[in-house]
Amino acid sequence: MSEVTITIDGQEVTVPAGTTVLQAARMAGIEIPTLCHDPELTSPGACRLCVVEIEGMRNLPASCVTTAGDGMVVNTISPDVMDARKTVIELLLANHPEDCLTCERTGQCRLQEYAYHYGVRGDVFHGDRTEFPIDDSNPFIVRDLNKCIRCGKCVRVCDEVQGRSIYSFAYRGFDSIPATAMDESLAESECVFCGSCVSVCPTGALTEKMMHGVGRSWELEKIKTTCPYCGVGCNFDLNVKDGKVVGVTSNAESEVNGRALCVKGRFGYNFIDHPDRLTKPLIKKDGEFQEATWEEAINLVAEKFTQIKQEHGGDALALFSSARCTNEENYLANKFCRAVLGTNNIDHCARL
Amino acid sequence: MHEIAGADFILAIGTNTTETHPVLSLQVRKAVKEGAKLVVADPRRIELADIAETHIQHKSGSDLALLNAMANVIIEEGLWNREFVEQRTEDFEALSQAVKDCTPEWAAETTGVSAETIRETARAYAGAEKASILYTMGITQHICGTDNVLAIANLALLTGQIGRENTGVNPLRGQNNVQGACDMGALPNVYPGYQAVNNPDMQQKFEKAWGVELSPKAGLVVGEMMDAAYAGTLKGLFVIGENPLMSDPDSNHVIQAMDKIDFLVVQDLFLTETAEKADVILPAASFAEKNGTFTNTERRVQRVRKAVEPIGDSKPDWEILVMLSNAMGYPMQYGSPGDIMKEINAVTPQYGGITFERLEKQGLQWPCPDVDHPGTKFLHKDKFARGKGKFHAVSHVDPDEVPDEEYPYVLTTGRRLFHYHTGSMSRRAKGLAEAYPEEYLEVNPKDALKLEVETGGKVRVASRRGEIEIPIRVTERIQPGLVFASFHFRETWLNKLTNDARDPIAKIPEFKVSAVKIEKVV
Ligand code: SF4
Ligand code: SF4
Repeated sequence: MSEVTITIDGQEVTVPAGTTVLQAARMAGIEIPTLCHDPELTSPGACRLCVVEIEGMRNLPASCVTTAGDGMVVNTISPDVMDARKTVIELLLANHPEDCLTCERTGQCRLQEYAYHYGVRGDVFHGDRTEFPIDDSNPFIVRDLNKCIRCGKCVRVCDEVQGRSIYSFAYRGFDSIPATAMDESLAESECVFCGSCVSVCPTGALTEKMMHGVGRSWELEKIKTTCPYCGVGCNFDLNVKDGKVVGVTSNAESEVNGRALCVKGRFGYNFIDHPDRLTKPLIKKDGEFQEATWEEAINLVAEKFTQIKQEHGGDALALFSSARCTNEENYLANKFCRAVLGTNNIDHCARL
Repeated sequence: MHEIAGADFILAIGTNTTETHPVLSLQVRKAVKEGAKLVVADPRRIELADIAETHIQHKSGSDLALLNAMANVIIEEGLWNREFVEQRTEDFEALSQAVKDCTPEWAAETTGVSAETIRETARAYAGAEKASILYTMGITQHICGTDNVLAIANLALLTGQIGRENTGVNPLRGQNNVQGACDMGALPNVYPGYQAVNNPDMQQKFEKAWGVELSPKAGLVVGEMMDAAYAGTLKGLFVIGENPLMSDPDSNHVIQAMDKIDFLVVQDLFLTETAEKADVILPAASFAEKNGTFTNTERRVQRVRKAVEPIGDSKPDWEILVMLSNAMGYPMQYGSPGDIMKEINAVTPQYGGITFERLEKQGLQWPCPDVDHPGTKFLHKDKFARGKGKFHAVSHVDPDEVPDEEYPYVLTTGRRLFHYHTGSMSRRAKGLAEAYPEEYLEVNPKDALKLEVETGGKVRVASRRGEIEIPIRVTERIQPGLVFASFHFRETWLNKLTNDARDPIAKIPEFKVSAVKIEKVV
């Protein structure tokens, strides 16, 4: 494959032909702000935040849709570029509720981050504010379109990754928003609540309902793990605060699934600390379960299994292992059954 | 998994992928978007059928007739891959004989699918550059499940649609770690790594590794354990993280069998239906509370990481097993799941090079025999496990139970997007439970009319084994004469109806076909 060399902010970068200026900059470690761009989706070049100056070009092109040409000289931080970006952010803030104090996205919001970075305050333009009712008709996703910046990522991810096409841009101009067919609520739509749109939304327009109020983004510890539900084996981050799992978010580094998840993986974590969880060993006495210590329970089981084995042989015992236990646990179950109980009577629900 | 997206022909047979493997179905969608031809074969008009070029709505239990007729067309019309068959396979003659009379016209009768559709599908599959077949329980949960799988393999061998990127037969595993549980020897006939218990060399190997004498006699599968319990020969049962009372076929039989067991120990997160019957319950930790690995449907071993402490006094299953083993006089000393993995590495050839250190960075697909091995993306690349691919002569048999006058409907069972298995986890996950609070029976409009029930109305469904009451949903997605529901809900305990007739080899019960009668509840 042929290569091209371009100069970005005085730094020479050699990239494969066909690379965009944005990608080339990122490869060189130069950060260009974006709102509508996403590496896994098509680029509409719509938000115009990623504009740069390229020698010999009159306007400021959007770097996400401009292909790097050999010998190109790019400036990503010229005064004109900074001004243009500022204006983009000012216009967005003019029609944005000043709700950062309680907004769920605070700390992770791209708009907030760029406003801070470019020193833009919300009082430059006093535009009309659109007012949309909040859609929280379903248990999973809250849609507050008043915070929507029309980047269209939700539209594209649902179409390009999920293949569902729940949203499309409805209405024109000022009122243009990503709406569902017939403008119905998500609950009424064909949405399958995979949450992909939430995972790409750069602002607080789409948020995980069950994560509302559980903690600020910077308070949450993220631990990457594998989904306990189906055999696809998606990876995601468990979000932990004060020793409690308070949410699940995508981890783009997941080999199998990228950021995609299904409703079970993303929203099915509440069972972890459900009040029904068994917390103590229980021994049945006269038909009633009574709490016991581990020592009592283990000794009783050991004694009974040993007795059965002595009286009737190992084959009078059997073990059901679990497709929900780890490999290490299944290995031990297999060893325990064969070596300790003395029987090959071990199976699990593979057939169900 | 990403390979599926690169196929240009996909046959999805007996797999409701969008609900049971949602993220994998995205790959199927991607392939279709990029121009692949998708054929969905399923008795129900499942969601995937909406984006398929062809939906083959064959009768439940007629897969083998369909598959054999495809083989017939491929042979009769000379569409088979001579070079591949010659070099990589054996027993072609046996297959050719077996399917000689399985013409599409013959199959049309059994399957209810037109001969032309069968022909076209066979041609498209054989003619595709890269064709892939996906299947799950819709294929295996029949008394002829093993033969169904062999019939699928026959097609792949005939056409050489295997062992190359974007081809092959892809059984999708249902629960998250079914693959791993099988790999680790949670099966009655094999040690970890599929090393047979009745092979004296393997027996010796594990006797040496574990320092005890081992039995060369294969053990019982789940269904046989239930039978043994019922007969009184099985005295003690240890159930870890399973809920057979609800997940196994013919629940009433299972309940009676459980009642006869002298000593039942259940280790689980919740007081499941099975746990209620236990003599001792041991509280286990959830996936978020422990370290370890899961192996996904494409044999990829990935890390499970502890995020929080086990709730209450619960403990990870491995710790409980260690305690119990020590109490029974067999010392086990593992400080962590990583230690256990080291032992797995030593005795399981396929997992030889899969260490926690390597998994820290990324998952590894077995076979991965040593620490320098990169893992194996797709199997059967240059040769099959047994050398040459063998054709198997298999032929259609009727399901164990066919509808008759008394039980005129066929019940088929499966899963729903929002729930999982017996619901012990998903029904306690707030959002999921809210979004899908109760189960219903899918009924064709014609049958609904006959039964005089509308959506939301309740029916009593009875089989030869039990009965339940359940609301119905009228839908065109199901054929007349067929009804469908999932087994996630205790209130509508579906497995009280199902048949525990099993495939003689794989011993998988025939969940997909039970004869039932239905009447309106007034
Ligand atoms: S949750 Fe998934 S299906 Fe629903 S709108 Fe978002 S991306 Fe589309
Ligand atoms: S997120 Fe959904 S598709 Fe992915 S492993 Fe979990 S249950 Fe399966």
